[in-house]
Amino acid sequence: MTVTAERGGGRSRGARAVGKHDHSGPRRPRNRPRDSYALFLLPGVLAFLAVIVVPFLMNTGASFTEWQGVGTPEWSGLANYRELMDDADFWASFRHSLFMVVAMALVPTAVGLVLAAALFDYIDKHHGSKAVAVLRACFYLPQVLPIAVAGIVWSWILAPENGSLNELLDAVGLGSWQQDWLGDPDLALWSVMGVMVWVQLGFPLVVFMAGLGRVDPQLYEAAELDGAGWWRRFWHITLPQIRPEIYVVLLWCTIAALKVFGAVYVLTKGGPGGATNVPSYFSFTTFFEKTQVGYGAAISTVLTIIILALALIGLKLQTRAEDAEEGLRT
Amino acid sequence: MTTALRRYPVLIALVIAALFMVVPFLIVAVNAVKSPTEYAQNGPLSLPDGLYLDGLKDFWERVDYGQKLFNSLLISGSVAALAVVLSILNAYAIGIGRVRGRTWVLAFFVLANMLPQEALVYPVYYLSKEVGLYDTRLSVIIVFTVIQAAFGTYLLASVLGQFPREIIEAARIDGASRWQVLWRIVVPVSRPTLGVLLVFFFIWTWNEFLLPLVMLISNDNQTVSVALGVLQGQRLMDATMTNAAALLGVLPALVFFLVFQRTLTRGIAVGAVK
Repeated sequence: MTVTAERGGGRSRGARAVGKHDHSGPRRPRNRPRDSYALFLLPGVLAFLAVIVVPFLMNTGASFTEWQGVGTPEWSGLANYRELMDDADFWASFRHSLFMVVAMALVPTAVGLVLAAALFDYIDKHHGSKAVAVLRACFYLPQVLPIAVAGIVWSWILAPENGSLNELLDAVGLGSWQQDWLGDPDLALWSVMGVMVWVQLGFPLVVFMAGLGRVDPQLYEAAELDGAGWWRRFWHITLPQIRPEIYVVLLWCTIAALKVFGAVYVLTKGGPGGATNVPSYFSFTTFFEKTQVGYGAAISTVLTIIILALALIGLKLQTRAEDAEEGLRT
Repeated sequence: MTTALRRYPVLIALVIAALFMVVPFLIVAVNAVKSPTEYAQNGPLSLPDGLYLDGLKDFWERVDYGQKLFNSLLISGSVAALAVVLSILNAYAIGIGRVRGRTWVLAFFVLANMLPQEALVYPVYYLSKEVGLYDTRLSVIIVFTVIQAAFGTYLLASVLGQFPREIIEAARIDGASRWQVLWRIVVPVSRPTLGVLLVFFFIWTWNEFLLPLVMLISNDNQTVSVALGVLQGQRLMDATMTNAAALLGVLPALVFFLVFQRTLTRGIAVGAVK
């Protein structure tokens, strides 16, 4: 390694005459080739400090204070966190988060797997890749829609008066099933979950289809020769083969579910009566409507800790899976 | 129909599922071109008698939709371009330069990408007020450039880590500086990945809601998402206006989708697995 580094250094000295922008300094020739690359990192690091690190530290700091957003924050230690532990709204918001994980991670992953497998090895074989492309596009479409727009569409469809869903139920003779889908505290969370499944489904589907593309077709042919039916092949070949994709999708979707904000803002504003409140919306209203900045910061800090913990576990599992795979190969 | 059902049960099940995904768009399109009286008489499920475009026109003028579109385009376009540049610079140092401590730098970018915006939003709001950037499109551009670049750095660093080193070595022997290697070799060769990132950053920024909602309060600066979300939140729209809003919100997304479909589906796979 040092040998190549030194050779690189010699070359960069020659290059200096040509390249105006090579800022490698004349000192410490051994380290120069690597360190001058660090200059390319400079704008990124400065921007990250200003936009992410400093605000994040400020937010964490604010969570230990009593602050209305004006004047000097007053140090209050762990008071905000202690208050959180006794706050029923806080616990309710995280309970709703679990429901969102079901709607945005578990259900889309399960349904996406079946759909992807069906599209990939049934539709493609029997009806051609054109049909696959069109169907996939339909499933993916909601993913490119701004969540605010999806919210407008669905809150109108689910409206109690003149809403399409209620009208449809009436038209097919199920008028007694009509509901105030977003306004009934017992139903609102389920309605939001339904919308989120619709929004999210396309993402796992597309990832899984790409994953299936790299599975060796001979595996399927061999299984088919052995007389394995579609479900058995799905269970014993498809699932194990695209396990890395499943991990990644579950991780990403779970994190997205914990962060969900726009849908709740547009569909229900956390209501009725807090029935659909989630941590991000809870911290938003605490920041900007109640202006209890310290308390809002504590909520978002707890959310951050949970998300980062999940992310670290996920990355660890992923690298371990990759290592195991490489171990098998060598 | 019955023979078709027997012959293609899987296809028909999937087509029905796909229709369910698309039906909301169709209902919106149908109702956006109905007149209010027609809507009141026949409800949301009937087909329109004719094309009634006044609802769309009214809505367009009332919310100054052209301005909103321009703001969204300006913000998303700038973020996409700037974030790609920032990602390349970072990834060049990490993936090709292999700077010391790169694993930590990379882990830092990954975590920055996962960070919920709720943990940044108040300080960003506060600081931007301090430096006089509150309620400017520039503030949103700066913040999202950095947030998107976190993902871009993560993705590009692993792509550039596998960049054929012989090409770079050869260019260096020919006397190219690091800067020249970056712009004349690395960037052109990785153009497909950069294209994917550009498209993703554009659409992600277009769809962002929380930070623009907090940062852009004046009508002249708001994006499409924020303007529509706020209108919906106020619950002041009647059915025709709601549908006009929804259709005008859906259309740009639909256009991007059709234009970028291949890049999108290919890119998601790249992004998820790497």
